[in-house]
Amino acid sequence: MASSRTALRDTGREAAINAGRVAVALFLVVIALGVLSYRYYSLQIVEYERFLTQSDRNRVRLEAIPPKRGLILDRQGRLLATNIPSHRLSIVIERVSDLDALIKDLGALVELDENDLDSFNERRNRRRPYATVPLKLQLNDHEMARVGVNLHQLPGVAIEAQLTRHYPHGDLLSHVVGYVGRINESEASQIDEQSYRGTLHIGKVGVEKRYESVLHGKVGYQNIEANAHGRVLRVLDEESPSDGADLQLHLDLDLQRAAYDALGDQRGAVVAIDPSNGGILALVSNPSFDGNLFVNGISSKDYSALRDSTDTPLLNRAVQGQYPPGSTVKPMIGLAGLELGLVTPDTTVADPGWYQLPGDSRRYRDWILRIRGTGHAPNVDLRMAIAESCDVYYYDLARRMGIDDLASSLEPYGFGVRSGLDITSEQPGILPSTRWKRSRFDKPWYPGETLSAGIGQGYMLATPLQLAQATMVMANRGDSFVPSIVRRIGDLPVEGVSRPKVMASDDHWSAVIAGMMDVVHDRRGTAAAIGRNLPYTVAGKTGTSQVIGIAQDGVYDEDEIDERHRNHGWFIAFAPVDQPRIAVAVLAENGGGSSAAYPVARKVMDAWLLGASNAEESDDG
Amino acid sequence: MADYERVLHDSHRDLARGKTFAERLHLDLMLLLPLLILMVGGLVVLYSASSADWGTVGRQGRNQMVALVAMLVVAQFRVETYRRWAPIIYFLGLGLLVAVPLVGVGAKGAQRWLSLGVVRFQPSELMKLAMPLMVAWWYSRYSIPPRPLPLLGSLLVVVLPAALIVIQPDLGTSLLVAASGLFVIFMAGVSWLYIAAAVVLFVASVWPAWLFLMKDYQKQRVLTLLDPESDKLGAGWNIIQSKTAIGSGGWQGKGWLSGTQSHLDFLPESQTDFIIAVLAEEFGLRGVLILLALYLLVIVRGFWISINAQSSFGRLLASAITLTFFVYVFVNMGMVAGILPVVGVPLPLVSFGGTSMVTLMLGFGILMAISTEKRVIKS
Repeated sequence: MASSRTALRDTGREAAINAGRVAVALFLVVIALGVLSYRYYSLQIVEYERFLTQSDRNRVRLEAIPPKRGLILDRQGRLLATNIPSHRLSIVIERVSDLDALIKDLGALVELDENDLDSFNERRNRRRPYATVPLKLQLNDHEMARVGVNLHQLPGVAIEAQLTRHYPHGDLLSHVVGYVGRINESEASQIDEQSYRGTLHIGKVGVEKRYESVLHGKVGYQNIEANAHGRVLRVLDEESPSDGADLQLHLDLDLQRAAYDALGDQRGAVVAIDPSNGGILALVSNPSFDGNLFVNGISSKDYSALRDSTDTPLLNRAVQGQYPPGSTVKPMIGLAGLELGLVTPDTTVADPGWYQLPGDSRRYRDWILRIRGTGHAPNVDLRMAIAESCDVYYYDLARRMGIDDLASSLEPYGFGVRSGLDITSEQPGILPSTRWKRSRFDKPWYPGETLSAGIGQGYMLATPLQLAQATMVMANRGDSFVPSIVRRIGDLPVEGVSRPKVMASDDHWSAVIAGMMDVVHDRRGTAAAIGRNLPYTVAGKTGTSQVIGIAQDGVYDEDEIDERHRNHGWFIAFAPVDQPRIAVAVLAENGGGSSAAYPVARKVMDAWLLGASNAEESDDG
Repeated sequence: MADYERVLHDSHRDLARGKTFAERLHLDLMLLLPLLILMVGGLVVLYSASSADWGTVGRQGRNQMVALVAMLVVAQFRVETYRRWAPIIYFLGLGLLVAVPLVGVGAKGAQRWLSLGVVRFQPSELMKLAMPLMVAWWYSRYSIPPRPLPLLGSLLVVVLPAALIVIQPDLGTSLLVAASGLFVIFMAGVSWLYIAAAVVLFVASVWPAWLFLMKDYQKQRVLTLLDPESDKLGAGWNIIQSKTAIGSGGWQGKGWLSGTQSHLDFLPESQTDFIIAVLAEEFGLRGVLILLALYLLVIVRGFWISINAQSSFGRLLASAITLTFFVYVFVNMGMVAGILPVVGVPLPLVSFGGTSMVTLMLGFGILMAISTEKRVIKS
């Protein structure tokens, strides 16, 4: 067949063409295989070391082990601040393809507020590659369950175990212990980044802030093998962290609670000091707040409620609140009068119920005038002037003493300067003098202002802490200590720091203290109401400080005055008088007068001197 | 029609000869052996890549069984049957490709699948075989080397499905499908002049294509290839991790089941497209070279079958299928090693997955059909 032959001839030629092309193709294949081989050779042989290192770096990660924050305990070892296990929600950003979408998804599972997102973005900027970045610091059980169930659909999301600070007593101790909160941007720039690696919280106020360095501890490290999702598979080696030191406070939980309960709804403060070493036994500022709210970021609603409350619960009245001390300074001024030789215990002053400066028609009224229409007695001596809080006696003494001697005699008690108490935000108060007024207002001192200063009014301001400190000095007949909260750091006792002794003769101390005892134990004493059935001796002093000025012959009528403008009530006391074991200062803000304060002090002293917690008390000084 | 007559002649002659078992089953042992070694080796690597998951290995074993059976079935047909059916298969594939944008199922922003009840099916996968069949059929009807007009016709045959796949969009598959057709044209002896012209045209069109045709994600893949460090955590992640896996394997490898990159999940797609990185990490360059040698055996045998084929159709088809197979190897290993852009091409016979396994083995089945065709007596 012709067609067949043609086909055969064609077939031969076509086969030859094909064979040629196959040879070319094979040649190209061999070249391409050579290229591949060379590529794998250069990766696996030439760059072997580099890639091996990189693969190890992938695999092995140095991770910080945050130290456990030190506990805070009361003097009997009861927990005031502790750490509880909890869970947080974190993200390995490198494993997430669409972060915004992921956060939106997570928002459906857990509650995420702006705080969480802001902190997340801030931490994100400081993260290391492949490290987990916390998004929400505390998950509740429901959120845990919801995220846990969906975890497999959420690449890059991790639930991490952690310890969270917890304050078991809520409102009770927030003004002493303070609280921790999330490290913010400015704190982040100040702390040592290395030692805070893996730590999310830092002390914000109070003991938590003041003792941050010892509570925090030392960070540890571990080399871990982790997979690409950040899951730890194996710990290769480890350097253990040193946990923060536990702090034991002088503070007694029962006494603190007694003081807190005694204040009740009364705005104010109580500071109780151990006169033997200056240790703070109780420190209450009322109202208070729950420090736990701040630990993982307080909601803006909660925060504005605290911030905007007219009761200012965030203000620590005990150390930040500055009030005119009123008559509580009379014992110290009286002692100064004795020491300066201006008066003797027997010196008397005529008391018509008011006082006039020579050549001045203005009458300086005694508080008793409004009640009795006359003075305390025709002639008043020091003991009576203290017991009944006679203003006229002190107008006269202050005038003769002069403001500068008055100021310098009060200064050793700690007025006008920060005490150095080991918590934050303490205010110094004001101890006025001619020099002070000159520098503050560029004005001369007027004689009338000396009279106000003589009864603790006018420019003078003091914190409840300062008055408690001064009371401690009275109790110790001159011996003084820097007030302190912390009693032990770890196993090391913190020694009380002595302050210069207030020097006065024994007779003078006795004379003043006799007056202070009359305040409580004499039926005419201004705090006689708490003197009934007292099983121990108390030396005290009441005080009332004006919130608004009363016109020359104006009358202070409690019922007509806005509650916020009512007088502050004070009471300071120490007991037992022979062997003082507690010195206390109570402020009743807008309490109307000292009658709002001294019952509180009585309850505090009862709790300390009669309460069960006191039985096994011993000092390890 | 000439080929048809020869085959008739031949079959009569062969009836008399005694047949081995392999011949009876139309098996080409020289081809089958490296394929089986690759498959078994693939299971070994997959066992490690799946973190010792027998379930995955079992499923892949089942895929291999299905593929072997498919190969066996396909090997039984006469080459002439394929030649006759080529246009039908081609137009069926073309029709399905047209159907994809109309009734197809989307995944990751691309419509590539047709749903046939329980089985989802990619028409582009069918095209990988239909294309060389069709172009080989074309040149079985025209003289070789091709004259300009038939050449233009064959180019149209190549471009139509490629264009349909591009718009899915799936540029990588489209290029591979087109390549399988172009290889036939190459094997048909198209003039080097035309080839040179095509290369020049291709190079010249790269820039306009970059500007006007390529999608952002495609550009991203190319950019990532050029500088993976530029996007360490995004598109560059895969390449950096796969290169790290390969490089850290060294000459000896870290040992089976001991590859940290894959076992710690740093390696993406370690069971499918990136499985070569697991092999390279755990078995080192030694393992890679053995793998390449096995592939080379398959390719050499494929070309041998082509050269010894009885018809022009068989020769063109066998060499094109073989060359396409190699291109898959090259593209996959090149992309994982960071010298080619990342496209979705599995490592032939080793990567986990049923579709590509079956498609490849169907191709080898056709090779075996060609290989075991009756000899022609020179008349």
